[in-house]
Amino acid sequence: MDARALKEGIVSGRLDPDALSAGFADLHGQLSNHEALVAADRCYFCHDAPCVTACPTDIDIPLFIRQIATGTPEAAAKTILTQNIMGGMCARVCPTETLCEEVCVREVAEGEPVQIGRLQRYATDTLMAQGVHPFSRAAPTGKRIAIVGAGPAGLACAHRLAMHGHDVLVFDARPKAGGLNEYGIAAYKSTEDFAAREVDWLLQIGGIEIRNGIALGRDMTMSELQSDYDAVFLGMGLGGVNALTAPGADKEGVLDAVGFIADLRQCTDLSSLPVGRDVVVIGGGMTAVDAAVQSKLLGALNVTIVYRRGRDRMNASVWEQELAAAKGVRIITNASPVAVHGNGAVREIEFEFTDDDLTPTGQTFRLAADQVFKAIGQTLTGDDLPDLDGRKIAVTGPGRTSVKGVWAGGDCAAGGEDLTVTAVAEGRDAAEDIHVALMRA
Amino acid sequence: MANLTTDFVGIKSPNPFWLASAPPTDKEYNVRRAFEAGWGGVVWKTLGEAGPPIVNVNGPRYGAIWGADRRLLGLNNIELITDRPLDVNLREIKAVKRDYPDRAMVVSLMVPCVEEAWKAILPLVEETGADGVELNFGCPHGMSERGMGSAVGQVPEYIEMVTRWVKQNTRMPCIVKLTPNITDIRKPAMAAHAGGADAVSLINTINSITSVDLDLFAPEPTIDGKGAHGGYCGPAVKPIALNMVAEIARTPEMADLPISGIGGVTTWKDAAEFMALGAGNVQVCTAAMTYGFKIVQEMISGLSQYMDEKGMTSTSELVRKAVPNVSDWQHLNLNYVTKARIDQDLCISCGRCFAACEDTSHQAIVMSEDRVFTVKDDECVACNLCVNVCPVEGCITMERLEVGAIDERTGRPVAAEHGDWTSHPNNPAVAQAAE
Repeated sequence: MDARALKEGIVSGRLDPDALSAGFADLHGQLSNHEALVAADRCYFCHDAPCVTACPTDIDIPLFIRQIATGTPEAAAKTILTQNIMGGMCARVCPTETLCEEVCVREVAEGEPVQIGRLQRYATDTLMAQGVHPFSRAAPTGKRIAIVGAGPAGLACAHRLAMHGHDVLVFDARPKAGGLNEYGIAAYKSTEDFAAREVDWLLQIGGIEIRNGIALGRDMTMSELQSDYDAVFLGMGLGGVNALTAPGADKEGVLDAVGFIADLRQCTDLSSLPVGRDVVVIGGGMTAVDAAVQSKLLGALNVTIVYRRGRDRMNASVWEQELAAAKGVRIITNASPVAVHGNGAVREIEFEFTDDDLTPTGQTFRLAADQVFKAIGQTLTGDDLPDLDGRKIAVTGPGRTSVKGVWAGGDCAAGGEDLTVTAVAEGRDAAEDIHVALMRA
Repeated sequence: MANLTTDFVGIKSPNPFWLASAPPTDKEYNVRRAFEAGWGGVVWKTLGEAGPPIVNVNGPRYGAIWGADRRLLGLNNIELITDRPLDVNLREIKAVKRDYPDRAMVVSLMVPCVEEAWKAILPLVEETGADGVELNFGCPHGMSERGMGSAVGQVPEYIEMVTRWVKQNTRMPCIVKLTPNITDIRKPAMAAHAGGADAVSLINTINSITSVDLDLFAPEPTIDGKGAHGGYCGPAVKPIALNMVAEIARTPEMADLPISGIGGVTTWKDAAEFMALGAGNVQVCTAAMTYGFKIVQEMISGLSQYMDEKGMTSTSELVRKAVPNVSDWQHLNLNYVTKARIDQDLCISCGRCFAACEDTSHQAIVMSEDRVFTVKDDECVACNLCVNVCPVEGCITMERLEVGAIDERTGRPVAAEHGDWTSHPNNPAVAQAAE
């Protein structure tokens, strides 16, 4: 066994570059023309198709697959992008196994859905490779809209507003646009800098200016935005991370999974990125799986996801759980962290088994850990925000907040799943509502 | 985006995609939904003369041929013309046309072969505001037993006579729908032309038995142990229809006779092919019956994209574009010499090309012990069978030999000039002329 793999502590270079690039290669790869035709041929062109209903952005899936089948992937892409301007990224990151493909009549009947996600990627990649942006702007309206957050919600909103002829300014706290497409999401789902390329492609519509490094509350205030612009859309996501309350949670090596994923996504040389030998990820969602799988791919010897409830309550889909298992990640359920042990740095983390209602059982166990990732949810941060619904911005209808002239969507807004595709739908629908409101005024 | 508006014998429609006279166009409810879905026009399901309504069988009306994944490839039917009262159909046609003035509304007709019958029905159709009539001389089942449908379409003299009656008794454009159940499609087309038809539409369905129930020993669809031949349509008939359309389009006397192309149009590409071979528009039935009205969206987007890519701004630029290239065998260039080429990087070593060539063609492919397949140029006649049986698209291609290159099969250099059968020394006519 390679000594580098066994080395204790958080170190870089556990794997050689070939193993790293193989591990982080495109998870699905692109369908060839022939594969796409064969895959498209399986679509039954269902009437009032269940897959469309299951898609948060209502993409006309049977139509775009038929357009692929008839040799016009460009038309297919337009069908997709008309509903979902980030159809390229969604084709890569959507949990299709719990959305369109789950309800595909062939999944229900045969356990083998039409490969909707991969066909969507085939179409959108074909169009983007041609450098074609199939939308154009309406005549200028003279209206200016401020968008906070250049993630999927903000960019989808910006694009739709720009199409309607409005001028859009997008502010983002990070140095790059893209939000979680750029800083979240496992690297093997967005290879070859796809997130950044998609942003560039999206901006071809014109009329959108992005200003990076500007954060709401730090560099500008809500009231400034409201007075300077005709409308405001909040799509800044969830800036904070839930804290781990177990004793010892402040020890060295206990980190936020989102930070690790962001570092990994921005890293140009994965062999320089350190990872523990024994990694424990606390949580049960996509962030937990992304952190765990990528730890494994970086060369961590033992990677364990520990989730406090039962497997059926995990937010990560069964498909994601199986992906993690296939990569060698162990999943322990019904266990809550009770203490982090170690002298300065974490050495072990102690859990207690819990019932499904989280009642402690009194039985504990310890896992060796030199790195612990917290993936136990993110929180909204910021002052002077519109009224909240729980811990997120309350919205009614297409993203209307309690404040007139202010809309919200994406992860920072209440309701809907925290998915890229949901954020796109919310941004798009808010844009339509903003457009109607501004043109009526 | 390309402009798909078409003007067919003076009938304008926003696109060249019409629904053919068939069950999809049998009633107001369907046709309104078809127009909402985007269809450019319809030919209303064939009306018969006033009187007791048509009776249909009460067992299965359709039989089908499927591909492996149950993709419907061919459909056969024994349904007759509309079985709804004439006055109901007329009332509905009028109502729909009034609400969709921009769409083509053509009414299909089939009445007995007496002038009075046509004189009686034409004014009724005119009164609906319909854009034109289509004479159903095509249905091969049921009605033909009563001297209508294909029974008329198989006798050019009848076609000409009835067409003339129609032209004399209405101002509406008259499209004559032809049956393919004949030996030479040009004869009935010429008859329609001579009778004054504004256009022909083809093909109607082909006489067929889709299959036989090997337990009942009866043709399908089976009605109480018996079956009758039906009319075959769908993707399977397209090649037959394309040829018939082309034969009419390239006949000089009919060069100006508009054609409405019918027969297995399932995608935008099928439509483009019909149009390139001379069809001014297309009519669709089986594809709509299989997948619903919504497919017209793909047809519209696909044809638009294709025309954009070709720099065509109007469908008229596409219509007849391939007609000059439809030739006779005797004029094909015998000095165009090609050889099969197998791309070894794409080859998956299945050996189908070898089996086809070795067993059934010219023994022009060699198979090595480690399953590498190569073409023997001295045996290859360029028949293209290996290309057609190869499961990998683009793996085997036919490559043209350059002028001056030696064709290893004949040992002769490839000539630069065109040379066809009409000038070939083996042609007895050439030999005679030389004498």
